[in-house]
Amino acid sequence: MVVYKRDPKLIRKVLGNKIQFLLGDMAFVYGGILAGASFFGGYPITPASEVAEGMARMLPRVGGTYIQMEDEIGSIAAVVGAAWGGAKSMTATSGPGFSLMMENYGFAVMTETPCVIVNVQRTGPSTGQPTLGAQGDMMQARWGTHGDFEALALAPSTVQECLDFTIEAFNLSEKYRNPVCVMTDGEIGHLRERIIIPDEKDIKLIDRVPATISKDKYIPFTNSQTRKNSKVPDFPTFGTGYKTYVTGLTHNEKGFPATDKQKDHEKLIKRITSKISDDADKLVSVEKQNLADADTVFVTYGASARPAETAMQMARAKGKKVGLLRLKIVWPFPEKLIAKLAKDVDKIIVPEMNLGQIYHPIREAACGNCEVVSAPKIGGEMHLPEELMKYLEVK
Amino acid sequence: MVEIKTAEKLNKKYLREGMWPTIFCNGCGHGVVLEYTFWALEELGWDMEKTVFASGIGCSSRLPGYINADGLHTTHGRAIAFATGIKAANPDLNMIVFTGDGDCAGIGGNHFIHAARRNIDMTVIMINNFIYGMTGGQLAPTTPLGSIATTAPYGNIEPPFDICNLAKALGANYVARWTVTHPYQPIKSIKDALQKKGFSLIEFLAPCPTAYGRRNKLGDIKKHWQWYDDNTILIEDYERIMNYGSEKEKEEVKNMFPIGVFQDLEKPGFFERYRELVDRIMEKEGNKPVKTNAVVRK
Repeated sequence: MVVYKRDPKLIRKVLGNKIQFLLGDMAFVYGGILAGASFFGGYPITPASEVAEGMARMLPRVGGTYIQMEDEIGSIAAVVGAAWGGAKSMTATSGPGFSLMMENYGFAVMTETPCVIVNVQRTGPSTGQPTLGAQGDMMQARWGTHGDFEALALAPSTVQECLDFTIEAFNLSEKYRNPVCVMTDGEIGHLRERIIIPDEKDIKLIDRVPATISKDKYIPFTNSQTRKNSKVPDFPTFGTGYKTYVTGLTHNEKGFPATDKQKDHEKLIKRITSKISDDADKLVSVEKQNLADADTVFVTYGASARPAETAMQMARAKGKKVGLLRLKIVWPFPEKLIAKLAKDVDKIIVPEMNLGQIYHPIREAACGNCEVVSAPKIGGEMHLPEELMKYLEVK
Repeated sequence: MVEIKTAEKLNKKYLREGMWPTIFCNGCGHGVVLEYTFWALEELGWDMEKTVFASGIGCSSRLPGYINADGLHTTHGRAIAFATGIKAANPDLNMIVFTGDGDCAGIGGNHFIHAARRNIDMTVIMINNFIYGMTGGQLAPTTPLGSIATTAPYGNIEPPFDICNLAKALGANYVARWTVTHPYQPIKSIKDALQKKGFSLIEFLAPCPTAYGRRNKLGDIKKHWQWYDDNTILIEDYERIMNYGSEKEKEEVKNMFPIGVFQDLEKPGFFERYRELVDRIMEKEGNKPVKTNAVVRK
């Protein structure tokens, strides 16, 4: 069968020096290629175009395929199709494109298709400020497509993390057979920083588990038939003889439409949501700084974590007991961790480049056990540390 | 002795068990298109493990469900874009898309024109029943002028789409239109389309007695099917009359649907061009990957 095989030597030759001064958007390209991505469906959009441009330059050099699609709906559709054809596949976009992708994002959830969507967020609604960063799509990643689902989303704060989190995003998507969003923003996407390309031995790749059971016993949409206690079905790549029918309609275990059956719908949706929510504790990925003695904590993610870190250091220099909790994986939301934190501290401040989105699940998890304050900044500028310092003043 | 193909034999071989009965109404044309496709596949002897079907939303888009092969039943209008990805990941697979007039010419128009322009290697079988059938008879981009639809209760005032001439203008390698009432030419045409590199389109005119016929004085199934014989003309005859015929002849055929092969070219398909691009880069850089996406059969 003609399917791309990741070639580590060739990839390293194409990517070049181990240490580079790299654009955030290009780091997604590097991360995708290192993860073994062999298909990118692209559509130009500021500030994510450099990801498509990078893929157009680099994917053919490693034997993968770049196609510039006619719009973002087509991009994500082709990405999902490529996954069923056997490829690790990804796309990158920004707000308007992300909005267009929402229906097929849900299709990927419903059909349990592994794929990666990078969203280099810009201000909105609508066309907003195309060249300026924002974090206004965080809730869209969680709730943007219709119906019940669980989201997986990461938020890099550095260019190095753009690379590392893309690999991680592929691993999560392959493990859970769910689309994964990498939610960065125009600030990080257009930032240049020093990066280190991890050595091959330091890269742990997870690949979807292929269907191997005999074809007469194979059931496509049920718990794994080869791994005990896994709710993630084995993947029947098209062309491998399993003759699978894959539909976005509610389907039974065989994959056949069950559009008028309440029980089939409930069973399906509970499996595809709990395959992720069951692992919510394992999926917590945060960076903690100065939490041990903190009475006030910045809880933030992505670009906002950078001024928050500086603000924390400035406050510490003044003797204030301020800590930082940075969410690397935003969805699923680390609810238990925040609930415990709320009992240990007096105040949580949530800097975000939106009018308060992740502020809401934080407030929900805190459940009145501490004060939770939203620290919004919109209009395409990052918070100044001094601005965040003001939130530390006791009213 | 020549083995006689019967619907029974073809069904046994190609239909997916467990999906019956179909959703189709009495007098619907979709099953006929499926049967023609089975017939063509049988004559080609294609490996059904290497043949993938994709579709969007609508009655025609339910067809892959009835075929014992890999099938991706996608979102409304997007099947061709999904199929582009499948083919990109594994150009070795045979790619067939079933779609309807609303799915393909309406909501999916943009994907259709760009796949045709790119000459993406796939065969699109668009079943045109002039109406949104599954949703109950709303106006389609193909509904003839004056026809009644639930959302055009006083008669359609929009000129309809001619999808074949569109595909032809975009340079698709193979373009044909047939009706479900002419069995032999369509089967040969599907065979030709499937073997084509690049983009091939076959449009089937097919009756929808339930959602279209009932409202347009074609509720009688027999009468409805007869309509397709009475209102179509071979494209060769149509063009001859329109070029050289008398005014009276022109008047008689001007509102008829030309059927036949609109275009038959041999331009390289997208994935052949892509393979050449990758080969060129690899050679220049002195590399040879273990395996790449960019390989096409033939």
